[in-house]
Amino acid sequence: MRAVSIYVWAVAMTIGASTTVAGPATGDVAAAACTSCHGKDGAGNAEAGFPALAQLPHKYFIKQIADFKSGARTRTRDLHVGDSEASEGYGYYVSFMKSVAKALSAEDAEAAARYFEGLERPTLVPVAADPAVIARGKQLAVNGDWDREIPPCFKCHAVDGRGVAPSFPPISGQHAAYTERQLQAWKTGSRTNDPQKLMKATAEKLTDDEIRSVAAYLATLGTQSQGGGK
Amino acid sequence: MKKPVQYLFYMLALGVITTSCAKQPATRTTADTLPVTAPAPTQDTSGSARTAAPAASVAGRGEADSKKPATAKFVPPSESAIPKNEFGESVLLGKKIFMNTQQYAKRYVGNGLNCANCHLDNGRKTDSAPIWAAYVLYPAYRAKTGQIDTIQSRIQGCFMYSMNGTAPAFDSKEMTALVTYHYWLASGAPTRVKMTGQGFLQLPKPAKSPDLARGEDVFKNNCVICHGANGEGTKAASGEYAFPPLWGKDSFNWGAGMHRIDTAAGFIKVNMPYGRFGTLSDQEAWDVALFMNSHERPGDPRFKDSLEATRDKNHDENCLYGRTPGQLAALLEKKAAKKAEADKAKARESDDKASKERTTPLWDGYSPATAH
Ligand code: HEC
Ligand code: HEC
Ligand code: HEC
Ligand code: HEC
Repeated sequence: MRAVSIYVWAVAMTIGASTTVAGPATGDVAAAACTSCHGKDGAGNAEAGFPALAQLPHKYFIKQIADFKSGARTRTRDLHVGDSEASEGYGYYVSFMKSVAKALSAEDAEAAARYFEGLERPTLVPVAADPAVIARGKQLAVNGDWDREIPPCFKCHAVDGRGVAPSFPPISGQHAAYTERQLQAWKTGSRTNDPQKLMKATAEKLTDDEIRSVAAYLATLGTQSQGGGK
Repeated sequence: MKKPVQYLFYMLALGVITTSCAKQPATRTTADTLPVTAPAPTQDTSGSARTAAPAASVAGRGEADSKKPATAKFVPPSESAIPKNEFGESVLLGKKIFMNTQQYAKRYVGNGLNCANCHLDNGRKTDSAPIWAAYVLYPAYRAKTGQIDTIQSRIQGCFMYSMNGTAPAFDSKEMTALVTYHYWLASGAPTRVKMTGQGFLQLPKPAKSPDLARGEDVFKNNCVICHGANGEGTKAASGEYAFPPLWGKDSFNWGAGMHRIDTAAGFIKVNMPYGRFGTLSDQEAWDVALFMNSHERPGDPRFKDSLEATRDKNHDENCLYGRTPGQLAALLEKKAAKKAEADKAKARESDDKASKERTTPLWDGYSPATAH
């Protein structure tokens, strides 16, 4: 895991450099700089923790790039290769994108957003998970838990979690580890860029167990192939 | 096989009787001094003691007593408890219609809404006119119309006004399924008892008269992301509304309960902004309710002759139908004064009754409806 991380870190730095050199590049070049981690098919990479980007609404996508760049997406300090502690910490993952986003021109960001928005959400490959865990996750996504004022995820992210453009991203067919990390980041106050704190309000009511369950369930709805990152 | 079971039952029953008898002398002295909020167990013929009064608040006609603590919370049955038989099929169809009226009762609907958009959690959520609490209060008399409201006529009302559509006949497949769903949600609830959480929350009159400009600010900061800059709602890729429209041709009409400022304010206070429930102040809820209900929407189907005539016949209520915000503010003021008076009288009355009354009084039989 550690080796993989260092490898991708190196890739990120080269990409950052090459995008800058390329100057106002075409969309293809911009997207190429991203596909090494997020996949040509936009499926991301479960192993390394790179999210699927296919079908992200344009406005949401551009906002995330801006927020990585300005630091608004996260409250935690950036971590760097060589930092011994917390290699799984939220800031660690965000710091990949921070350097990428900083090197990205507005035109390239636009082009990349268009490219990924136009891709099909990757097709289903069953993931091994405990059916009881999946069932608990489904209950939360479809019905919520109103006694604790937890609304169903699918009321905001649309039936089946396919998202509602322009502000509500799709959450189905996402790698469980990524979803889990985002929910934890909101819960602990590390991800802070959700409009009107709409996501934090829900995430902070979830137990760790519920976060794992709902992330696992969402990953079963159109899970992507493993090899997306190559 | 049957004999031993029966024996066992008798022995258990005896046990209950003897233990409750044995305990009685010890508790009798204190029982007389129990406060009214904890009703004394009432002896019932089977020998077991009914421990608590059902989740009910002692309340007068049409008044939601938000301050009174619930004796116990009524919990409607969970979905997995729907019987797997023909009755259960009707319950399920009713639930589908309630959740997705657009698809399952399309021919009766004239806008973009579903029942569950206002009766949240598929009719379960308290203070959002939960269906289990509604079911047990009908039939009930309404002075304004001189008629007895039934659960069917209330459902018809929501179709004609909230859904801007047409009323399904009492014996239609859709009405039968909806009533079955209502009935099932009320499984185990006491009839003719006003339960805590019935209806929508009644918000006290705000400190300042509701104001359009302040309401617009609240709207822009809290509602636009979901309901759109023009209250038009937001559709998902499927073409269905993910976030329902607040005004315009696809929203509720001028006869719907939600067009009243007080009803809308109570709904919004409890339920909106969605996901951040209860974060608006009472004042903000009133302001944004006024702003929302100052816009165009489908007309009142009861319209006859003129706006004024229709208003005077059907809208002796807190709304902007043929009224300016200023006139509305004056009406609210008057209503608040009247309510304060009534509350005082009620407090005196319940002081008198307190010593005598132990059990929850039955509903007085007047319809809790305030609109359509
Ligand atoms: C070195 C690998 C790497 C490269 C190259 C990379 N990303 Fe990322 N990207 C990540 C990681 C890791 C995250 C998740 C950060 C987190 O956990 O918050 C991410 C997240 C994102 C997100 C947010 C997704 C969401 O759903 O919120 C966007 C948008 C994004 N990347 C766009 C791009 C674009 C555009 C490029 C190319 C210019 C690019 N990425 C290149 C690793 C990479
Ligand atoms: C009240 C509305 C609302 C509810 C309910 C809600 N979300 Fe969200 N969610 C949002 C918004 C808004 C965003 C976008 C945040 C941003 O712009 O950065 C979001 C973003 C997310 C993301 C980040 C996606 C990405 O690609 O990075 C995940 C994961 C997520 N939500 C999962 C959930 C889950 C799981 C639930 C149910 C437990 C849920 N949401 C319930 C509003 C909501
Ligand atoms: C995060 C998204 C979101 C926000 C923000 C939001 N709503 Fe809603 N609203 C919803 C959803 C979802 C429903 C339907 C609830 C259901 O079906 O369970 C709804 C329903 C309603 C309804 C009843 C249905 C209708 O269309 O008439 C009203 C009225 C309403 N909202 C008003 C408001 C007001 C006023 C605000 C701002 C104070 C607001 N909402 C903010 C998501 C939102
Ligand atoms: C636009 C919001 C809205 C929609 C949509 C809606 N209702 Fe209602 N409903 C209300 C309001 C407001 C009231 C209370 C009216 C009043 O104050 O008398 C109400 C009252 C009721 C009641 C009586 C509640 C009680 O406690 O007395 C029932 C039953 C009911 N609705 C069923 C339905 C059904 C069935 C549907 C779908 C066909 C539906 N409603 C759609 C807003 C709505």
